[in-house]
Amino acid sequence: MTDPRPTTPVADAHLAPSTGEVLMGPPAADPVMRLRDVAVAFSGRTAVRDVSFDVGTGEITALIGPSGSGKTTLLRALNRMQDSVKSAKVTGTIMLGDLDVYAPSTDATLLRTRVGMVFQRPNPFPTMSIYDNAVAGLRFNGIRKKSLLDEAAESALVAAALWDSVRDRLKTRASTLSGGEQQRLCIARALAVEPEVLLMDEPTSALDPIATQRIEELVGELKSRVTVVIVTHNMQQAMRVSDRCAFLLMGEDRAGELIEFGPTAKLFSEPSDPRTLDYVNGRFG
Amino acid sequence: MTTVDTPVEPGRGRVRSAMPNGLYRGLLVAVTALFVALVVWYLVSIIVQARPAFSTLGFSWIFAKVWNPEHGKFGLLPFILGTLETTAIAMVLALPIGLGTALALSHLVPHRLRPPLSTTVELLAAVPSVVYGLWGLIVLAPVFRSTVEPFLSSILGWTGLFNGPNDGVGVLLAGVILFVMVLPTMVAISRDVLVVVPNEQVEGATALGATRWQVLRKVVVPGARTGILGAFTLATGRALGETVAVALVIGNSPFIAHSLKAPAATLASLIVNNFGEATGTELSALFGAALVLLVIGVSVNALARVLVRSTDRAGAASVAVA
Amino acid sequence: MSTTLVVDADSDPMLQRRREIQATATASLGRRKLSSRIAVGVCWVFLGIAIVPLIGVVAYVVAKGLPAWNAAFFTHVTTPEGIPGGGVWNAIVGTAEIGFIATVVAVPIGLTCGLFLSQSEGRIAAAVRFTADVMTGVPSITIGIFGYIAIVRNFGYSGLAGAFAIGIVMLPVIIRAGETAFRGVPFSLNEAALALGARNSTVARRVVVPTALPGTITGVLLAVARGLGETAPLLLTIFGNQYMQWSPTKPQDALPLVIYYNSSQPYADLVQIAWGAALLLMVVVLFLSIGSRVTAALLQREKR
Repeated sequence: MTDPRPTTPVADAHLAPSTGEVLMGPPAADPVMRLRDVAVAFSGRTAVRDVSFDVGTGEITALIGPSGSGKTTLLRALNRMQDSVKSAKVTGTIMLGDLDVYAPSTDATLLRTRVGMVFQRPNPFPTMSIYDNAVAGLRFNGIRKKSLLDEAAESALVAAALWDSVRDRLKTRASTLSGGEQQRLCIARALAVEPEVLLMDEPTSALDPIATQRIEELVGELKSRVTVVIVTHNMQQAMRVSDRCAFLLMGEDRAGELIEFGPTAKLFSEPSDPRTLDYVNGRFG
Repeated sequence: MTTVDTPVEPGRGRVRSAMPNGLYRGLLVAVTALFVALVVWYLVSIIVQARPAFSTLGFSWIFAKVWNPEHGKFGLLPFILGTLETTAIAMVLALPIGLGTALALSHLVPHRLRPPLSTTVELLAAVPSVVYGLWGLIVLAPVFRSTVEPFLSSILGWTGLFNGPNDGVGVLLAGVILFVMVLPTMVAISRDVLVVVPNEQVEGATALGATRWQVLRKVVVPGARTGILGAFTLATGRALGETVAVALVIGNSPFIAHSLKAPAATLASLIVNNFGEATGTELSALFGAALVLLVIGVSVNALARVLVRSTDRAGAASVAVA
Repeated sequence: MSTTLVVDADSDPMLQRRREIQATATASLGRRKLSSRIAVGVCWVFLGIAIVPLIGVVAYVVAKGLPAWNAAFFTHVTTPEGIPGGGVWNAIVGTAEIGFIATVVAVPIGLTCGLFLSQSEGRIAAAVRFTADVMTGVPSITIGIFGYIAIVRNFGYSGLAGAFAIGIVMLPVIIRAGETAFRGVPFSLNEAALALGARNSTVARRVVVPTALPGTITGVLLAVARGLGETAPLLLTIFGNQYMQWSPTKPQDALPLVIYYNSSQPYADLVQIAWGAALLLMVVVLFLSIGSRVTAALLQREKR
């Protein structure tokens, strides 16, 4: 696979539409994930196509765009969650470090320990305690050592800003937590496995504004630990939280495509593509 | 479309009015009270008819070991044991196989095949129990006699549970027939509760790197465990109360069976076989047996209904004939 | 310049954990995948184990019962063993009459109770509901005994006693099915009728019952299917009768009884009759069960 990075860093590159040239914006330093010509189709009908960008290590990358633009579909392709959909077909290349995510030899179960996911609605396991939820991922993957489980659980709960409020009731049911707390538990659960990348699918859309704010702060603090790719339909959230943005839009063929990718500040102030400008100015949602 | 009853039809002279609300409500209450009265009458009848047995024989006769009416000996232990053993065999088989089948139908079978397969299993709950009994006696018993029992005796004989001749009929066959009969109930209700475990749970576990089985075992089944327990209890209640299918294949021996291959009897089969000619104390003893069976059956079913909030779907499963 | 992940792999506890987690995860992967494959395979096997005998029973009944179906089978009454040309006509009549009487009595009572329960919330209603639920699962032989005590003792063996017992078996099923069907009627319909000035009984008659008809029919068909298949209650109440008996006030015969008594006979022609009767009974019951589903599906579609 050729490395298409241009020899001179370009400060202000555009996306060359559908020519296969893939880099836009200043290149991320040592990207943790690389997407090249990624497309997802369901029973032959394309849902999202022509996606190419790099996910910078230790950055927060946001996938933004109106509904139907394929953001979530794309996100779910990154940890092979589309595998459980029989009609789904993912093409193109997704690299995690030097692992080809969709190579036949790549095990999806193992992949998911390196690329974790947090969902739109909090989904803690209701029959499990807070502690058991936090270490669930570790246990699934065969980790039994109590000291490791405890250590990982505490570290993850601290990172999710939940430790102080639950440390005395780790054995109580997860269902006793509030919505925002449950979502933070889900974040902790995903973090406990120490993934390299954390995918977040509109993690605050089911929460009230205060809980949303706490999670946004939390996400910012996660940068030292994981790389984050977050889908959000809330532009302000993208502005507040992300370092880079990928703007997707549904084309005439009803398939989403990547319009522009670049540093958040630039995308929102002086985007290169007029459609991006329209979107960030709220001309359509 | 609704119509309102008007007091007088012009030109007709006939007053047509609906029942006053109080009377209407009273009617509903009265009919419901009739139902309750019927249930009470049912319970009381059996208790009253069983009383002579208890006043003549005391109380411990229920647990006495010998049933020999000609010699005035009445004991229900062989039949209580027979009831429990056959039910136990049925449920030991029904729990894993029923749960596995329900898991397959709710999470493993391709989506298109799920409705027809599930419907097939449920329809088979409607097959009358006497038909299972006939099939068991004519078709399965010879197979047991010639193949199954010798085979099991050879590999499991060391347990001491497989002594005696290979008759075909006996505790084992009865247990297996019961298993086949309660399976649809177990599967249908378990499947119902497994299907409603939210897909978000499944996704959450999958995203953490769980294998298919790990998701089922650690997330799906625990999420449905109360309902599954309820299904199990309901199925157990069915098995305990089953009469004709068991009576046809259990060999009807009034002695305590010392082997799974031996003939035995259950409370229900005892009643059904002896009721026609019984008189006097024996008849009272049979009523007593009915009372014991009633108590067991009601307790187990009450427990089951506490666990499974009865839905109309469970109503469909409750059609399984006893 | 973004904050990059800490580089010093050996001292950072997080990276250490990550390495250990990855190592364990990779090492256990083979075992976990194998367990999963085996366990899922076992579930499939169990599915097969469940379906095969159930289909086998039906297949056998058809195979062995069909040969018994001839003109004589349906039109003649039982003949003693060894005499050919016996049939189950008397049993068919008995089953039909008993089923009919039981249905005609149990359905109005059951639906009325269901209506009551659908409108009531208190503790008493809850207790009644619970009672009905438990009664659906009570051993049917005890209901046969009740029929014996209540009717046979006083009036002798008869088809009516059998209908009484079968009716009691059907009643709780109808009550619960009825309640569910009535509860499914959107309250807005009731409100509309009441707002127009209708009395409660009118609302019930003109709004609730018609709207709930699909669910009601479904439930009733299922209850009838169940009632017709019951044997134990009949054994103690109708006594059986090898002659034609049109009057339900006398001992009658019924299909389940024929099956039961003939199964264990040593005479092949009687066993043949049993198979034929079993097939007939099974066909009727399955027909009713399938019919109830089809009705439910059709009327559901119509509602939309």
